[in-house]
Amino acid sequence: MEVLITLIIGVLTACGVYLALRARTFPVVLGLTLLSYAVNLFLFVTGRLTVGLPAVIAENSAGYADPLPQALVLTAIVISFAMTAFIIMLALKARAELGNDHVDGRPDPGAHS
Amino acid sequence: MSHLVIAPILWPLLAGTLLLLVRRAVPLTLRRRLSLAALLIEILLVALLAGAVVMSGEILTYELGNWPAPYGIVLVADQLSVWMLLITSLLAFFAMLYAVRGTDAGSRHFHPLFQLQLSGLSGAFLTGDLFNLFVFFEILLLASYGLLLHRGGPDRVRAGLHFVALNLAGSTLFLFAVGTLYATLGTLNMADLALKAAATPPENLGVVRAAGLLLFAVFALKSALIPLYLWLPAAYSATSAPVAALFAIMTKVGAYSILRVDTLIFGSAGGPLADLFSPWLLPLALTTMVVGALGVVAAHELRRQVAYLVVVSVGFLLTAIGLGTQASIGAGLYYLAHSTFAAAAFFLLADLIAMGRGALQDRLDPGPIIPNAALIGGLFFITAILISGLPPLSGFIGKFMVLRAAVATPAAPWVFGILITTGLLGIVALARSGSLLFYRAETLVIERGSVTTRAPVGPNWGRILPIIGLLTLCLLLVIAAGPVTDFTQTTAAQLLQPQLYIDAVLGVPEGDFTP
Repeated sequence: MEVLITLIIGVLTACGVYLALRARTFPVVLGLTLLSYAVNLFLFVTGRLTVGLPAVIAENSAGYADPLPQALVLTAIVISFAMTAFIIMLALKARAELGNDHVDGRPDPGAHS
Repeated sequence: MSHLVIAPILWPLLAGTLLLLVRRAVPLTLRRRLSLAALLIEILLVALLAGAVVMSGEILTYELGNWPAPYGIVLVADQLSVWMLLITSLLAFFAMLYAVRGTDAGSRHFHPLFQLQLSGLSGAFLTGDLFNLFVFFEILLLASYGLLLHRGGPDRVRAGLHFVALNLAGSTLFLFAVGTLYATLGTLNMADLALKAAATPPENLGVVRAAGLLLFAVFALKSALIPLYLWLPAAYSATSAPVAALFAIMTKVGAYSILRVDTLIFGSAGGPLADLFSPWLLPLALTTMVVGALGVVAAHELRRQVAYLVVVSVGFLLTAIGLGTQASIGAGLYYLAHSTFAAAAFFLLADLIAMGRGALQDRLDPGPIIPNAALIGGLFFITAILISGLPPLSGFIGKFMVLRAAVATPAAPWVFGILITTGLLGIVALARSGSLLFYRAETLVIERGSVTTRAPVGPNWGRILPIIGLLTLCLLLVIAAGPVTDFTQTTAAQLLQPQLYIDAVLGVPEGDFTP
């Protein structure tokens, strides 16, 4: 399970970084979204992966899952959700104001998308 | 009594909410007064808190929801926090005083966003919890996105897109760092982190070190340290003047975080992780100064020039922090106040000059005579002296104290060489800008006739007053240099004894009930 989730986080991060470095706003937004997914998963795992343990404390249970990362992930999800919504609006506004979707606002005739 | 600690965060939040609610019911003039009054009360609250901290000589803490320290979130008001809060609230008041002269019109949420930004800044300076620091960073950033884009326009949208994308990437890195620290050390309370980091088991050293340096990268992005400074000149020169003036404190949030984490968690008592930032901080800070100074010389617009001056001042501030002695940190904290006020005054002044030059705006080309040129030119002269660190104003005192503190350190030749060279470059560039804007104006207006397509707007006292106010604050820093440096030196002494902070947050270890 550890290997699988590490791979998922790694692939998500790699894709996110690659997309965030693209020159058009849409892939950049997607890349930042993937990065935030990766970091949310990562935060979730910081409490260690456990199976079948109660969320906080139960009477006849040996241990409990660490509740703090879950709280952190909730906060991080809310924040990244809001930020993504904001940057999507900003990217649309940039498309409207600058006339193209290049991140520097200049049309590059060489590239076709 | 102890509720005073959270007041600087809650008050602007309440004021911002109120301003948002009454937007339709109350005319703009009244909302402006409300906003200014809220900022005055914020200054009062911060002054009360500062008084309480300085009088008691202790570090005040506030446990949210009464959860004991390592488990709940804790707010900590030590001397550094109240110093930053004082600078922020004063700066915010004068920036708002300028903004109510017309900048705030045209967008519905300027006042609520401004208050929200202040709330986020206060929170970032007060919190004693690493994840909470992230949350307050996001609050102040979200407000700053709105303020940066205030009134729109292609330049602002372009600069804003870069700013938002960079900061989102930065937030992601911050979360990775926080997650790694929690996974290895099991806590996010900064005082507790300091204890746990000092006792890191050897097999985890590499991971914690990586997380610490990730944190450093995030804070370097916020404070515009090289090579992560590229967003700053575009963002600061594109946005409206009062927002740029308020943003003068934004880079200092990064510097504050570096100073806090460097002295507390990775301080010299940090065991195997001691001085984690030091090998990086000083060289990067000095390089930032060089690059910033080149930008100052190369800038074609006054506002961009001022933005690069901010980069230089951040480099200098981090140099002072990077030297790491009590004298240098104390001197750096004095310089921090000076550079914030001076840069803010300069942004406002650049706006005033741009308004007086019609279509030329703030481009550094010869143009028409600015209305009221003698007064504006005089202010420009004073501000330029102030920001380039010539005697007798506060810039000189700050730089002199840092240099004096640097003499005894091995990095002295580098610090001296770079500081004096960049200082000279700054003076040359500002002298050139001044003579272009004010001396060569007259001749060209005769040659070219009407170079203006837009009627230049004359300055009014309402806009000049905030600039004079900020310059007066710098003058006060000179007049009260003795008490202020005493204060910053004791602040530095407090920072270099992280045990004081740890004891204040976690209590003196008598009821130690960790298993």
